[in-house]
Amino acid sequence: MNAIEFILAGMLAAATPFLLAALGEMVVERAGVLNLGVEGMMALGAVIAFIIVYHGGGHVLGFVAAGLASAILSLLFAVIALGFRANQVATGLAIGILGQGLSALFGKTYESLTVTGLPKLAVPGLSEIPVIGGLFVQDAAVWLTLAATLGIWAVFAYTKVGLVIRAIGENPKAAHAIGYPVIAIRVAAVAFGGAMAGFAGAYASVVYTPLWADGMIAGRGWIAIALVVFGTWLTGRIFLGACLFGAVSLMGLAAQATALDVPSQLLSSLPYIVTIVVLGIISADRRLLKLNGVASLGEPFER
Amino acid sequence: MTAPLLSLRGISKSYGEVRANQGVDLDVAPRSIHAILGENGAGKSTLMKLIYGVEQPDDGTVAWQGEILSLASPAEARRKGIGMVFQHFSLFETLTVVENIQLVVQGRKADLIDRVKALGRDFGLEVDPLADVHALSVGERQRVEIIRCLMTDPKLLILDEPTSVLPPQSVGKLFETLRRLRDGGVSILFISHKLDEIRAICDRATILRAGRVTGNVDPREHDAHDLARMMIGRDMPEPMPALPRSGGEKQLEIVGLDYRPDDPFAVPLSNISLTVRAGEILGIAGISGNGQSELSALISGETRLPREATDRIFMMGQDVGTFGAAARRRLGFAFVPEDRLGRGAVPEMSLVLNSLLTAHPLGLKRHGLVDRAKAAAFTKDCIRQYDVRTPGPEAEAGALSGGNLQKFIVGREIMLAPRLLFVAQPTWGVDIGAASAIRRRLVALRNEGMAILVISEELEELFELCDFIQVLYHGTLSDPLVTRDTRPEEIGRYMIGAHSAAAKALA
Repeated sequence: MNAIEFILAGMLAAATPFLLAALGEMVVERAGVLNLGVEGMMALGAVIAFIIVYHGGGHVLGFVAAGLASAILSLLFAVIALGFRANQVATGLAIGILGQGLSALFGKTYESLTVTGLPKLAVPGLSEIPVIGGLFVQDAAVWLTLAATLGIWAVFAYTKVGLVIRAIGENPKAAHAIGYPVIAIRVAAVAFGGAMAGFAGAYASVVYTPLWADGMIAGRGWIAIALVVFGTWLTGRIFLGACLFGAVSLMGLAAQATALDVPSQLLSSLPYIVTIVVLGIISADRRLLKLNGVASLGEPFER
Repeated sequence: MTAPLLSLRGISKSYGEVRANQGVDLDVAPRSIHAILGENGAGKSTLMKLIYGVEQPDDGTVAWQGEILSLASPAEARRKGIGMVFQHFSLFETLTVVENIQLVVQGRKADLIDRVKALGRDFGLEVDPLADVHALSVGERQRVEIIRCLMTDPKLLILDEPTSVLPPQSVGKLFETLRRLRDGGVSILFISHKLDEIRAICDRATILRAGRVTGNVDPREHDAHDLARMMIGRDMPEPMPALPRSGGEKQLEIVGLDYRPDDPFAVPLSNISLTVRAGEILGIAGISGNGQSELSALISGETRLPREATDRIFMMGQDVGTFGAAARRRLGFAFVPEDRLGRGAVPEMSLVLNSLLTAHPLGLKRHGLVDRAKAAAFTKDCIRQYDVRTPGPEAEAGALSGGNLQKFIVGREIMLAPRLLFVAQPTWGVDIGAASAIRRRLVALRNEGMAILVISEELEELFELCDFIQVLYHGTLSDPLVTRDTRPEEIGRYMIGAHSAAAKALA
C-alpha cells in the first residue's frame, strides 16, 4: 500500500470527527449563534461514549449517550448565552473548559484503557477499484455521517426549516416580526450542534482511536470551528475542508512510513498549520465572507 | 355611513413620562384609503403598533368588524386580516423573493411563484420571484413587502410612510396599486406627513399632534395650508432667502472618481465629478442605496483612496484622497453623517463627551487633558442655540430622540466654523419646525461664504436649499442642474435613471 492509497483509505474516517462537529456548528452559526465550546463538548461526548462501550453497552448506546450528554452541556450554554443574553464568546469558552474538565474527571480511571472499534463495511464492486477502492471500505459511523451531510445540505437547500434558520441568522428582529420564535429555534440549533459535537467526540474515542487518554480531542473542536468559516457556512465546502484536514493529518503517518527525515512533531502539527494558512487565505477575500456570512452571528437577540 | 371596519375609542399609550397617544379615536371605513397625518413624534407609529398588535394600549378599546379585539401579537393581527408594510423593510436580503414569501405564507414554491406573478399582474406589482432581495431596488422591495402582505388576504393594509423611499414616478404607480386594492375591497391606512400625497389619494384623514387627534377631515376639501396648521398647530415658517452669489473658491472638488468597494452589497461608484465653491450649496439627490453611503465615506475620509489614485479628491485645494478623517477635518472640513447613532455620536456617552469628539480643537483641552468646564460650556451653548430638548449636557446621547440628537450634531459641526460642511440627510426625523430652523441656518451660513454639500432624499428640501443639484443613480452622478431652472419632475427622471436611458437612446 503506497502513501496515496493509505491516505485515500483513511481520509474519510480521519475527517469524520471534524465533519460531524463542523456541521453541527454550522447549523448553530447559521441560526446566528456562536458557540465556541465545541472542543469541550467533543471531549465530554468522547468520555461518555468510551465509558459505555468499555462496560459493554455497545457502540449505538455509546453514541446516543454521548450526543445526549453534549446536547445537555450545550443547553447550559443556551440558557446563559440566549436566555440571559451573556456574551456568547465568553460563555462558549467557559462551557468548553467545563466540558474538558468533566471529561478529565469522568475519564480518570479509564486512562490508557482500550475498546474495540467498529468493523469496516465495503461497498461491493466499488471497493475493488485500484487506488481509490479504499474510499469505499468504511465503518458504519462514516457512512451515517456522509448520509447526515447529504441530509443537512438538503435541509438548507430545499426545506422550510432551513429557510427559517437562515432567516433568523440574517435578521432575527424581522423573523420575530413575522412570528417566528427566534430564541426557541436558536436553542434547538444549539442543542443540535451539541449533539453533533458529542457524536464527533464519540467517533474519536470509540471508533477512530479506540482508547481513552485525557486531552485526546487535541484541538479537533477548534479546527471544526475554523472549518465552518473555511467552508463559508456551506455544507459542501465544509465537507471538502474536513476531507482536506483528514488527509493532512494522515500525511504525518504516511511520511513516517516512507522514512522521510522530517521531525514527527512538525508532521503532527500540520493540520494546525494548514488551518491557519487556509483561514488566512479565505479571510483575504472579504466578498466571499460577506456574501455567505451570517449577519447576526454572535449578537444577542432582544425583542 | 356603513359600519366601520376598524374602530378605536379612547386609546392611550405611555412610555414612561412620554404620552405617545392620549384618548385617540379613529374609524376606518371599509373600502377606504384613510390617512394618518402627523409630524415625526406625533404618535403615528405608536398608534400603528397598537393596531398591528406589536404593543398593547394602556387604555381604550379596539373594535374590528364590530367586535372588541385585544391583539397579543402581529401574528394574531395577520390572522384577523390586518397587514402592515413597515417603513424599514423586514425582508431577508440573502434570500430570494419567493423564499421571503414562503416564510410567511404556506404553500408549495411553484404555486407561490404563480401567485406572486398573478398579484403582480392584477395590481401593478411586477417583481421577479426568483431574484435575490439584496439585488432589488428600494421600490421593488416595497412591492415584495406589499405582495407578501396581500398573500395573507388582509382586509386592512397599514402602510408606514410608503412614499418616503420612492422617486416621484414610482409614487404614481404605487397610488394606482392602492386604488386598485381599495376597489378590490381592501381598506388602507396610509401614514404620511406629505400633504399633497394625502390630498391626492386619501378619502379620509385623521390628524395627530403630540399624541392627540387634532382633526378628522376629508382631505380633498381642505388645502395643504389648512392641513399643515392642524398638523403643526401654527403656520409653516417661511424659508430663508438665498442671496445671489457666484465664483467663490473651490472648497471641494472631485474629479473623475472611480471606486470599487470590497463589500459585495455596496455600490461601486464610477466617474464621479463635483465641485462645491464657497458661498454655494450643492445638493445630491437620489434614492438611498444608489451609492450615497459609499460617496459619503469617501468624502469624509472613512474610506481612503489607494496611494496610486492621485488627484481625485481635493479639499481647500489639497489632494486629500489618502488623508484620514482627522486630517481632512484639520483642513476645515466638518461632517454630519447619515447615521446619528454610532457614526455621528456615541450613544452611551454624554453630550459633553460627544462634543469633544469633533470640537476638541476649539480649546476644549488644556495641556492635552480635557478642560471639563470649557467642554460643558460649549455643549450648553450648542443645546441652547440649536434648541436641543434634553435634561442637560450630561444626558446620554442615545437617550435623546432622533430629531433632537440630529439638531445637536448639526449644531456641533456648524459651531466648528468649517470652510466646507458636508451634511447627509440634514433633517431626517426632525420635526417640521426644527427642520426649517436647520435649513434657515444652512442658507445663512452659505450667505456668509461657507461651502456646503448636502445629500438628501427629500426633493423639496433640496429645492429649498441648493444652488445646484446633482443626482446619484447606480453609482453615477449627473451633471449639475441649476436649481431655479429645474423642475422636480426632471430630477425625478434622473432618480430612476430614465434620463440616462433616453440619452443613450439618442446617442
